[in-house]
Amino acid sequence: MSTSTLRTFIAYVEDRPGVLNRVTSLFRRRGYNIESLTVGRTEREGVSRMTLVMEADDDAALRLEANLYKLVNVLWVEDTSRAQTVIRDLALIKVGVGAADRAQVMQLCDVFRARVIDVAPEALIVEITGTGDKIEGLVDVLRPFKILEMVRTGAVAMLRSSEELALRPSVFPKPTSETAAA
Amino acid sequence: MRTATATTDSANAAPVLKSDGDSDAEPESVMRTGAQIVWEVLREEGVDTIFGYPGGCVMPMYDAMLDYPIRHVLVRHEQGAAHMADGFARASGRTGVCLATSGPGATNLVTGIATAMLDSVPMICITGQVPSHLLGSDAFQETDITGVTLPITKHNYLVTTAEEIAPTLREAFYVARSGRPGPVLVDITKDAQQASCEFVLEPPPVRLPGYRPELKARALDLERAIALIDAAERPVILAGHGIVKSEATELLRELVARTGIPVACTLLGLGGFPATDPLALGMMGMHGEAWVNKAIQEADLLIALGMRFDDRVTGNLKNYAPRAKKIHAELDPSEINKNVKVDVALVGDVKQTLASIVPNVATRKRAPWVAHIEALKGDTAVRDIQTMPHDGRLFAAHVMHDLWRITEGNALVVTDVGQHQMWEAQYYKHDHPRKLITSGGLGTMGFALPAALGARLAMPNEEVWVIVGDGGFQMTACELSTCAQEEAKINIAVINNGYLGMVRQWQEFFYDKRYSATPMKSPDFVKLAEAHGLTGIRVTRREEVAEAVKRARETPGTVVIDFRVEAEDSVYPMVAAGADLHDMIRRPVAVVPEKAAKETL
Ligand SMILES: Cc1ncc(C[n+]2csc(CCOP(=O)(O)OP(=O)(O)O)c2C)c(N)n1
Ligand SMILES: [Mg+2]
Repeated sequence: MSTSTLRTFIAYVEDRPGVLNRVTSLFRRRGYNIESLTVGRTEREGVSRMTLVMEADDDAALRLEANLYKLVNVLWVEDTSRAQTVIRDLALIKVGVGAADRAQVMQLCDVFRARVIDVAPEALIVEITGTGDKIEGLVDVLRPFKILEMVRTGAVAMLRSSEELALRPSVFPKPTSETAAA
Repeated sequence: MRTATATTDSANAAPVLKSDGDSDAEPESVMRTGAQIVWEVLREEGVDTIFGYPGGCVMPMYDAMLDYPIRHVLVRHEQGAAHMADGFARASGRTGVCLATSGPGATNLVTGIATAMLDSVPMICITGQVPSHLLGSDAFQETDITGVTLPITKHNYLVTTAEEIAPTLREAFYVARSGRPGPVLVDITKDAQQASCEFVLEPPPVRLPGYRPELKARALDLERAIALIDAAERPVILAGHGIVKSEATELLRELVARTGIPVACTLLGLGGFPATDPLALGMMGMHGEAWVNKAIQEADLLIALGMRFDDRVTGNLKNYAPRAKKIHAELDPSEINKNVKVDVALVGDVKQTLASIVPNVATRKRAPWVAHIEALKGDTAVRDIQTMPHDGRLFAAHVMHDLWRITEGNALVVTDVGQHQMWEAQYYKHDHPRKLITSGGLGTMGFALPAALGARLAMPNEEVWVIVGDGGFQMTACELSTCAQEEAKINIAVINNGYLGMVRQWQEFFYDKRYSATPMKSPDFVKLAEAHGLTGIRVTRREEVAEAVKRARETPGTVVIDFRVEAEDSVYPMVAAGADLHDMIRRPVAVVPEKAAKETL
């Protein structure tokens, strides 16, 4: 029996109205708990890409994949736990510091390779990109300085190497402008 | 893939509209309104009968319909339209089509759509929608029906232009019937129906890059399955709806003939294997026969074919068939390991899977195992209402048995939901597929009468019997009027026990006989039939059953028989919800239930 862990899935979907709704409705209905979900365009016209993070054990992951494939507009699903993957999340964190503590916060940001992108008299905004762990690490050290606001994009994921491209089925639309006509 | 479609048949009264091409050559495309295109595509898909109800947002389609060779059945409630399309599809294997207007018309379809979804029935629901410029404005009779039906359709579409109608409908038919079939809803705005555009006569292939309905079991898994089958001493085959749907009945028989493995059926699998075959065990699950459930619990191998281990079939999962290895042949990969963890999954069309297995399994007998199961039956026989001393009272089991005997097991029986449904499954022995139609997954009361009318129109040579409770009959009895208008011949056996019987039974067993909201007063069903210009017959004693059945068969038009059966009889055996499969409530031996002080109905 495998235990439940956070898993990241990549789903390519046809860029049609209502597709996001279908995907989220599926999760709601089947009782999956979404940790994060991001959607965006891809290099291919008419194809969107979702990155889904959720708790699932091995069986639940397989069924989730199968359930996603049952959605007519889902093109291709990859469970990233099966391959080497780069996963990134972006956070903007507004920290309530004035001039006195500013330097110290900026130093901490350096350690985390985060950037300060806006400075106001009583606050500054930090931008950090990285894995969830890294972001949480920064949040932990910033917390004593009073975090006023935080926003996260949710994870986006990409398999390393060209493994995944080779795996994609032939039905997957080619990255040319021809597909636009279809 | 799609089959090639017939081109326009000149005998059909399609509107003769001028096309741009020169007059000799077959035109490649013609100008049509969106409404006409709907009918063009339906004709192209071979649809000759649809079930519907008009209203403001479908008026263009209804107007165009008059010029096309379509039989339109005017229902009395849109739920009936959905169930009729469903029954039509289940009886014939074709795709059923229903049509409703926007708003309330569309929402009235919902129960029928959910019913078809849970039983994987190929169905197209066309709904009208408010004009596209009003979408999202809470316009009169606007309902977001694609939103409402999103989780209960295989797929759905909102169409807002005439140009999209043909490709969308063609895609909808393809999706509905391919892979694991299901209902597909196409919502078409009124302005899309009214606008005109080019209609291309030769349908281009459907292009759905992400949709892969054809899956095949892997060779390695097939080998493993065959090895498990060959080695099993106490195997049981669990035959489900998939056997019927993929038309794998013949192959299943061959498998059984070679391997001597007994077959248990799910409710929807009944008829997938001949019930009168010596190796047919009968139905499994909550109201399955005791020997069937015991055999499953004692088995060393379960071979599940086109079934999904529904909770009504497994009982408590923790103690389900604890000694058995499990092989699961199923088309839908999301069903694998959903309820029951299996040892070998054969994902693919059951018929194809069986075709790969049957020639490769060892020919052998399982005589000791079969004899063991046979011995278990004796205990049940003494509890059977049929073998109990007859005192003139009428039990539902008598009705089912006599009906089976008189129709020689050949009727197409459509059952509703409740006790009568289970008694039918226990006592009417189905030897052929598509001869029992019932709402298994959703358990929809009110399904039977409309579904039976749909089935009858699909299969006009079938003798169609409805078996329905007094409760369920009243849910959709308005469709009697449709039967009368269509001059359809179906026979309706109302199993009238004066109760919402199945719920009453649960109250008897689990709620100290506190009959809350289950006694039900009904109208005089004989008079109700007569009010529709139909024939009504009342039966109160066992001796009258055969005569009434014969009379119904001989009488033209729809006949309603009001069978006044024992009020407080229960379906045995019963596995309480969530109990272990072998933990069955049995009919007390030789104690016929006390004659209830029956209130006048
Ligand atoms: C639409 C709907 N509402 C409620 C139920 C719950 N239910 C299941 S069986 C049943 C009783 C059915 O009574 P009747 O039609 O008289 O059949 P009987 O069990 O008496 O044979 C009820 C209420 C249901 N299955 N479907
Ligand atoms: Mg009843």
